[in-house]
Amino acid sequence: MLLNLTGLLTAPFTWLNLLWMFVEVLVMLVIILIYVMAALYGERKILGHIQLRPGPNRTGPGGVLQPVADVIKLLFKEDVIPAEADVAVFKIAPVIAFVPSFMTFAVAPWAPNVLFTDLNVGVLYFTAVTGITTIGIVSGGWSSGSKYPLLGGMRGAAQLISYELPLVMSILGVVLMAGTANMAGIVEAQQKWWFFFPQILGFVAFFISVSAEMNRTPFDLPEGESEIVAGYHTEYSGFRMALWMLGEYTYIFADGLLCATLFFGGWHGPWLPGWLWLLIKAMIFVFLAIWTRGTLPRMRSDTLMVFAWKFLLPLAMANLIITALVKAAIAGWF
Amino acid sequence: MPAVYWHSWLVVVLFLVLGVALAFGLLGLGSLFRPHQPSAAKKTPYESGAIDIVEAKEVRFNVRYYLFALMFVLFDVETVFLFPWAVAFNRLHLFGLIEAFIFLAMLGVGLAYAWKKKVLRWQ
Repeated sequence: MLLNLTGLLTAPFTWLNLLWMFVEVLVMLVIILIYVMAALYGERKILGHIQLRPGPNRTGPGGVLQPVADVIKLLFKEDVIPAEADVAVFKIAPVIAFVPSFMTFAVAPWAPNVLFTDLNVGVLYFTAVTGITTIGIVSGGWSSGSKYPLLGGMRGAAQLISYELPLVMSILGVVLMAGTANMAGIVEAQQKWWFFFPQILGFVAFFISVSAEMNRTPFDLPEGESEIVAGYHTEYSGFRMALWMLGEYTYIFADGLLCATLFFGGWHGPWLPGWLWLLIKAMIFVFLAIWTRGTLPRMRSDTLMVFAWKFLLPLAMANLIITALVKAAIAGWF
Repeated sequence: MPAVYWHSWLVVVLFLVLGVALAFGLLGLGSLFRPHQPSAAKKTPYESGAIDIVEAKEVRFNVRYYLFALMFVLFDVETVFLFPWAVAFNRLHLFGLIEAFIFLAMLGVGLAYAWKKKVLRWQ
C-alpha cells in the first residue's frame, strides 16, 4: 500500500483530507466488489470439484466470466414486487442487510499504518454493526407477504441472535487477553504468539458461531431450499436478490478478517507485507467456509437453538472465566 | 501523534454513505435496463402454483421465537457490561474480577433456570 491511511487520521482536518478519506473508502469498496466476483466463481468451482464435476466452464476461459454474466443477467431481470408485500419495507430490506456488511470493513486492521479508523471500541463496533443485518433479514421476510419468507425471516432472527451471544462471549476472551477492544491493539498484543493457542476453547465457540452468523450451510436454515423454498428472499428477484447475495459474500470476507485479527495474529507474518498476510489469512477462512458448505449437511432446526444455548454459550462463558483466572494468576493476584 | 478522535467516526460515516450509495446506485442502474411488466399472476405470493387461501400475515408461528428473543436481550446486555470489565481488567484488579464473577454467576443461574424450565427446548 502506497497510501499512509493512518496519517489521515492524525493530520488536522482539511477538505482535501476528507476527499482522500473518501477515495480510500471507495478503493475498499472496489476491492470488495472484485472479491465478491472472485468468491462467486471460486465457490462454484470449489463446490464443483468437491462434488466431482467441473463447475462453471463455458463462459470465458475456465468459466472465469461466469460471475460477470450473472451480474449482467441480474441487471436485466424484472424487479417483481408481490401484491401482498409491504412495499417500502420490502424495497429497503436488502439495503439494510447489505450496508452493515460493508461498514464492518471500517475497523479492519490491514497494517500498522494502513488503518481506516482507530476506534477504541473496534470489536464492539464490528458486532454491533453486524447485528443490524438481523433487522434486514427479519423485515425482508416479514414484508414479502408470503409464508416461506416469513418463516425464513423468523428462523433467521432466532438463529442470528442466539449465535451472537457465544460469538460475543468468545470475543470477550480475546479482548480480556489483549486488554483492549481496539482491533490494531489486539493484533499488536499477538506479537509473540497467536491467540489461537491460549484461546482454543474460545476459537471453537467463535468459529461455529461465526459460521452460523453467516447463514450458510450447515447453518442455512433461514434459506433452507429443501424446506422453505429460499427462505427470507423467496419473493426477491433481479438486483434486489443480488443485494442479498452481495451482503452474504461480503460477510464471509469480513468474518475472515475478524477471525484472522482475533486469533491468527492479523498482519503479523514473515517476508510479506502486513496487509497481504491479513488478506491471505482471511482468504483461507473464506475457503474454509466454502469447504464446510460443500461437505456438511444442514442442521436440524430443533438442535440448532439447543446447540447455541446449551453448548456454545456455556463453553464461551467457561473460556472467559478460565482466561480471567489464568490472567489473574499470572499477574500474581492470589 | 495520536489520531484525532472524530476522524475515525468520519470514516465510519463515509463507509455508511458509500454503502448506501452503492446499493441504491446499482438498483438505479438496473432500473435503466430491466423490463417492468407487472401482471396479477406474477404478483401472487410464491406457493408452487397453488392459490393461497390464508394470507401470510395471518400465519401463526412458534411462540418460542419470542422466548428466545427475551433471553437474548438479557444476555446481550450482559455482554455489554462485560466489555468495559475486560478492557479495564488490570486496573480493576481483584475487586473487578470478583464482581464480574458474581455477575457471571447470577446469569449462569438464570441460564440454568431457563434450562430447567425447558425454555431452551425447541419442539
